[in-house]
Amino acid sequence: MEFLTDFILQRSVAEAVLALVGLAAAFGAVLGFASVRFKVEADPIVDQIDNLLPQTQCGQCGHPGCRPYAEAISSGEAINKCPPGGQATINALAKLLDVEAPTLDEEHGQESELPNVAYIREDECIGCTKCIQACPVDAILGAAQQMHTVIADECTGCDLCVEPCPVDCIEMRPVQVTVAEWSWKLPADPGKPANLIASDRDDERSGAAA
Amino acid sequence: MRKIWEIPGGIHPPEHKAQSLCNPLADLPLPAQIVLPVSQHLGAPAEPIVEVGDQVLKGELVAMGKQAISANVHASTSGKVVAIEQRPLPHPSGMDGLCVVIEPDGEDRWAALQACEDYNTLEPAALLEKIQAAGIAGMGGAGFPTSVKLAPRNPIKTLIINGTECEPYITADDVLMRHHAADIVQGIQLLSHLLGEPEEILVAIENNKPEAIETMKAAVSECGDARMEVVPLPTKYPSGGEKQLVQILTGQEVPSGGLPAQLGVVCQNVATVLAAWRAVRFGEPLIERITTVTGEAFSDQRNVRVRLGTPIEFVLEQHGYDGKRASRLVMGGPMMGFSIVNAEAPVIKTTNCLLAPSLEEAPSPGPAQACIRCGMCAEACPSSLLPQQLYWYSRAQDEEKLKAHNLFDCIECGACSYVCPSQIPLVQFYRAAKGEIRRHDAEKKHADRARQRFEFHKQRIEEEKAARARAREEAQEKARQRAQEKAAAEAATGDKPVAPKADKAKLVADALAKAKQAGGADQRERLERKLLAADDRLAKLKQKESELADSPEQLEALRARIKEAELASQAIRNKLAALESAPSNAQAGQSKVAD
Repeated sequence: MEFLTDFILQRSVAEAVLALVGLAAAFGAVLGFASVRFKVEADPIVDQIDNLLPQTQCGQCGHPGCRPYAEAISSGEAINKCPPGGQATINALAKLLDVEAPTLDEEHGQESELPNVAYIREDECIGCTKCIQACPVDAILGAAQQMHTVIADECTGCDLCVEPCPVDCIEMRPVQVTVAEWSWKLPADPGKPANLIASDRDDERSGAAA
Repeated sequence: MRKIWEIPGGIHPPEHKAQSLCNPLADLPLPAQIVLPVSQHLGAPAEPIVEVGDQVLKGELVAMGKQAISANVHASTSGKVVAIEQRPLPHPSGMDGLCVVIEPDGEDRWAALQACEDYNTLEPAALLEKIQAAGIAGMGGAGFPTSVKLAPRNPIKTLIINGTECEPYITADDVLMRHHAADIVQGIQLLSHLLGEPEEILVAIENNKPEAIETMKAAVSECGDARMEVVPLPTKYPSGGEKQLVQILTGQEVPSGGLPAQLGVVCQNVATVLAAWRAVRFGEPLIERITTVTGEAFSDQRNVRVRLGTPIEFVLEQHGYDGKRASRLVMGGPMMGFSIVNAEAPVIKTTNCLLAPSLEEAPSPGPAQACIRCGMCAEACPSSLLPQQLYWYSRAQDEEKLKAHNLFDCIECGACSYVCPSQIPLVQFYRAAKGEIRRHDAEKKHADRARQRFEFHKQRIEEEKAARARAREEAQEKARQRAQEKAAAEAATGDKPVAPKADKAKLVADALAKAKQAGGADQRERLERKLLAADDRLAKLKQKESELADSPEQLEALRARIKEAELASQAIRNKLAALESAPSNAQAGQSKVAD
C-alpha cells in the first residue's frame, strides 16, 4: 500500500491518469443514470411524416394508405408522390427531412384546386355495397339492396369509391364554401411595387374598373 | 370621479358624427319585401320553422336557433312567407345564404306577446330563456348571442354598459341613449339582477356625446342605484372595443385568448341592453334596430328605426342615395365596416350604420407601397402587437411566427392601416392570415379524424379476416374429428368389408363402370334441363315474332336468333340421343366384366 502511494506521488503522470479515470467513471455513472432515468421517447420519424400527409388514404402514391407511404418515405422513397397534399405537403416533408423540395410527380395524379367530396346520386344507387367496401375511412353508409349515401363530413375525397360502382352513380363534387367558412383573401399581388408614374396609375384604375 | 386608465395606441380620426345628428330619429315605411337571413349572429345558423305560403304575424318566430350558440329569428312585420331560399347576405364575401322572405300584408299586426310586469318574480334561468327566445344578439357589431354572454361561469364583479361608439360617422347608440335613457337604465337593472348583482355598474360613454351623457346621468340618478355610474371617457378610437373598454375602466388586461368574464367583467352594448329589457318586460323579440344612414352620397343623413330584413336598397331609396357620388357603400363604420357587394342584401341585427361617403370624403386608397419600417403602426396598435412583423409574416404565410406574435389578439380595428404612410391594407393581410390558419387547423382536425377512421377500418378488416380464418380452421377440425370418430366406430363393430385382394382388376373395372353410369345419369339430367330451357326460349322468341310484325329490321334479327335457338335445341337433342345409346353399352360392358 505504502509502495503504491509512493509510486503515485512520485510520478505525476500516473496521478493525472488516475484522477482523469476517476472523473470519467463518476461522470459516466451520472450520465448513464440520467439516460435511463430521464429518457425521452422521441417521436419516430414515421409518425412525423404521417402527420404531414393529408390522410386522404387515396393510394395514388401506390401505397395502401398514408401511413404505409410514410413508412416508405422513411426508408428512402421519393416525397413527391402525393397529389392531394400537393406542393404544400412536399415542401413540409422536404423541410422535415432536410432535403431539396421536388415538384409533384405528375405520374401519380394532379393536384386539384379545390377539395372534393364524393356524392352518390341516390335514385340510381342499386345497393350493391361495392363502394362501402372500397371506402378507406368507412364514410359510406348503407346495406345490401338499400340505398347508400356518403357522410360528407368524413369523406376525404379519395375517389376510390367511384371506380367500383357498377352503375356509375358516384361523382366527385367540389366542396361548397359557405359563408361560415369563407375568409378574406390576401391583397392581390402584395409583392408588386406600386406604380408611381401618374399615367400608369390611371391605367391601373381603368383596368380595375373594367 | 373614477380613475380612467389609458390603453396603448389608438388614433383620432375625424369624427363626422354631426351630420347624421341634425335630423331627428325617424321610422321607415314598410318595404315591398322583408328578407330575414337565418344567420344574423355569431354561431350556428337558425333553422326555418315556417313554410312557404304560411301567414306570419309581426314578432312570430320564423327560424329557431337549435344549438347552444345560436339565435332565433322573428318576422318583423305581418304577412305571407313567399320564399325560403338563398339570397344575397350583408357579408364581406357577397355570398348568398338561406333567408326567409316575407311579403308584408301592410297591416303590421303583432302576434300575442308575453309581457312580464316584475322580473324579480322570475328565476334568472327563466329570464335568460326569455332573452334567448327573443333572439337577442350583440348589436354593437359582433352579434354574439346575448343569453350565452349573460350566463358566465365566473362570478361577476363589474358590469360595463358600452355606449362608447368610438367609430367615426356612427351615431346610432348616441341617439338611442338620448331617446330611451329610462328604459336602458331599467334594462341595466335587469342585467344586474341576472348577473347576481355585481358590485359596480359602469355606463361608458365617450365625451363627444355630451347630450347622451346628460340624459343617461339624469336617468341613473332618478333610479337611485348607488352602484350605477355614468363614466365619460376621453374620445379615442378604439376605446369601444370590449377588451379596450375593460382595460380603460378597470386597468386590467383581458388575457390573450380569454374573455372579460375571467376578470369578473361582463360588457354589453346599450342597444343590446334595451333589446333585452324589451324582451323581458314586453315579450318583444328583436325585430328592429336603430341604424345610422350617413355619408355625403345621401341627400338625407339621419338615424332611422328600421325593421330587420329591410333590403338595403330600400333604405338607400328612402334617403336619396346617389350612386354616382358614392365612392363605395359600406355596412358598419369607416374603420371596421365592409363594402356591400349587393344592395339587395337586408339590414340585420348587427347593421349599426350604412355609410356611403363621396369620393372627396373617402377617396379610394392609392396603391400600396413598400413598408418603410417606420413603426407608426406599432404605436397605433391598441393591443400592443407588432403590426409590421405580422405584415411580413402574413405575406410569407409563416403561421408559426404569426401565432408566436399573437395574431389572434388583433381586433382588426384598422388603426394600423389608418396611420400607415405606405397605405398598406394591413388589416386585410391579418384577416387573410387568420382565415388561412383557421382553415389549416380545421384541415388538420379532419386529417386526424380520417387517420383514426382509416386505422379503425384496417383493424376491422383484419379482424374480419382473422375471424374467417378461425371459422375455417374450426370447420376443418370438426370434419377431421368426425372422420376419426367414424373410423373408430367402424373399427369397433369390426364388420368393415374387406376387399378380396385377388380380384383387383375387377374392382377397378367395377368402379369405373359405376362412375360412368353415374356420370351419364348426371349428364342426361343436365342435358334435359338445357333442352327445356332452349325450348322455352324458342317459344318465347316465336311469340315475340308474332307480336313484332311491323319493323322488318328487328324481325330479321329475331328470325336469326330463332334459327340459332333451333340449332342449339337440336344439338342438345342429338347429344341426348347419343347418351341414351351409351348407357346400354356401359351396362353391357359391366355385365361382361361381371361374367
